[in-house]
Amino acid sequence: MAGPRACGVKAAATFVLAAALLCWTAALGFAYDFPALSGRVVDQAGVMNAQSRSTVEAKLKDLEDKSSIQLVVATVRSLQGGDIETYANQLFRFWKLGEAKKNNGVLLLVAPSEHKVRIEVGYGLEGTLTDALSSVIIQSAIIPRFKANDFSGGIERGVDGIISVLSGDTADWQRKVGVRSDDISKLFNALFPILFFLVFVFLMRYMMGAGHGAPSGHYVRRNGRLVFVPYASGWGSSGWSGGGFSGGGFSGGGFSGGFSGGGGSSGGGGASGGW
Amino acid sequence: MSPLVSRLRVILAVLGVGLTLSACGYNTIPTLEEQAKARWADVQNQYQRRADLIPNLVATVQGFAAQEKNVLTAVVEARAKATQVKVDASQLTDPDKLKAFQDAQNQLSGALGRLLAVSENYPELRSNTNFLALQSQLEGTENRIAVARRDYIDAVRAYNTALRTFPTVLWAKTFFSGNKPMAEFTASEGAERPPQVKF
Repeated sequence: MAGPRACGVKAAATFVLAAALLCWTAALGFAYDFPALSGRVVDQAGVMNAQSRSTVEAKLKDLEDKSSIQLVVATVRSLQGGDIETYANQLFRFWKLGEAKKNNGVLLLVAPSEHKVRIEVGYGLEGTLTDALSSVIIQSAIIPRFKANDFSGGIERGVDGIISVLSGDTADWQRKVGVRSDDISKLFNALFPILFFLVFVFLMRYMMGAGHGAPSGHYVRRNGRLVFVPYASGWGSSGWSGGGFSGGGFSGGGFSGGFSGGGGSSGGGGASGGW
Repeated sequence: MSPLVSRLRVILAVLGVGLTLSACGYNTIPTLEEQAKARWADVQNQYQRRADLIPNLVATVQGFAAQEKNVLTAVVEARAKATQVKVDASQLTDPDKLKAFQDAQNQLSGALGRLLAVSENYPELRSNTNFLALQSQLEGTENRIAVARRDYIDAVRAYNTALRTFPTVLWAKTFFSGNKPMAEFTASEGAERPPQVKF
């Protein structure tokens, strides 16, 4: 009797495990092998000189401080067989440039080996940095210098052009003080499993106690009020303070310092060019 | 048992059932369905945006190349036909409707491609700033259409998969038994790419 039963339990356990795995693998199907977002300038192709790189970085940081717009410059070694439009859109979404609520990110992507350049504009900036304006920046500021193999100069002029267009829109020019809106949802997402776990533990304890026909606690009078004291040791205080809030992974989650995308997205706005 | 405890028990039971339902994916199917419908709305918006650009483009080309009458009328007619075919979000489960929509839009893409091809022959037109601006807008819109279509296909795939895989299939077969899989675009490789716009 023990044999088949154990087998059944095993099968059930495998089934549950498989289901759990299915839930956890939230597969994000990006076909490309993207570079990491290491800073505001990601020079994977290595075509920029150090001086103009730091100049551009300072400009980009200044733009974000003033307007919260995230403009990132990327050069890539290869488009991995795709066209620059698809690659730029997927990279933009992979890096999540701009704030989640405003989608105010811009990506200037350069693929020197394919002789292609693209300005990919987040949803929120499509009205300001239009396709026509992006195209003008590419044709007049960037491509002439790229043709002369001056990548640093072309990128600098391109960034200047993008910033000047974006600066014309004064409504967005006041940087909001305080936490970025997406940080709050990030915090909630980090805490949710812990809360869920606590509720679960509480339920288990409660059900086990109920199984004995009585709640697993007793009432005592404390300062003149009736207080329910559970019998189970370790639930009272250590469960909260030691159980997960401090060690729960959100303190080390990188809220400050480092550079990261804010959760923005793009729907293919912008323009491309080649030389 | 004191009333406090029994009340607590009811609250916990409600909380427990709610959490279990949401954790086991009761919400997944309606959420994915709404997402797919929203993505479809994006697709239609972008095609509409393209249709809105065309009168301006035709007028500009006409100013320089009025003799290309056939090509211009073909674009105007294809646009009129394409704007007539609309697919409501509730009709997405019908592959024929989607195909009719797609055929009409492809016809317009073809006519537009021919228009841009003949415009290559008119140097004055090609250096006209209005035409250049329209061209870059058209190019951007074609790219947005491609992105919106890809997003729609992804959303539909996620939704259709949820209808057929564990654990959401349990809900699909019980509470959402009326939900049918949605149709994807059945584009050939050539039609997937927008007509190439060159400067």
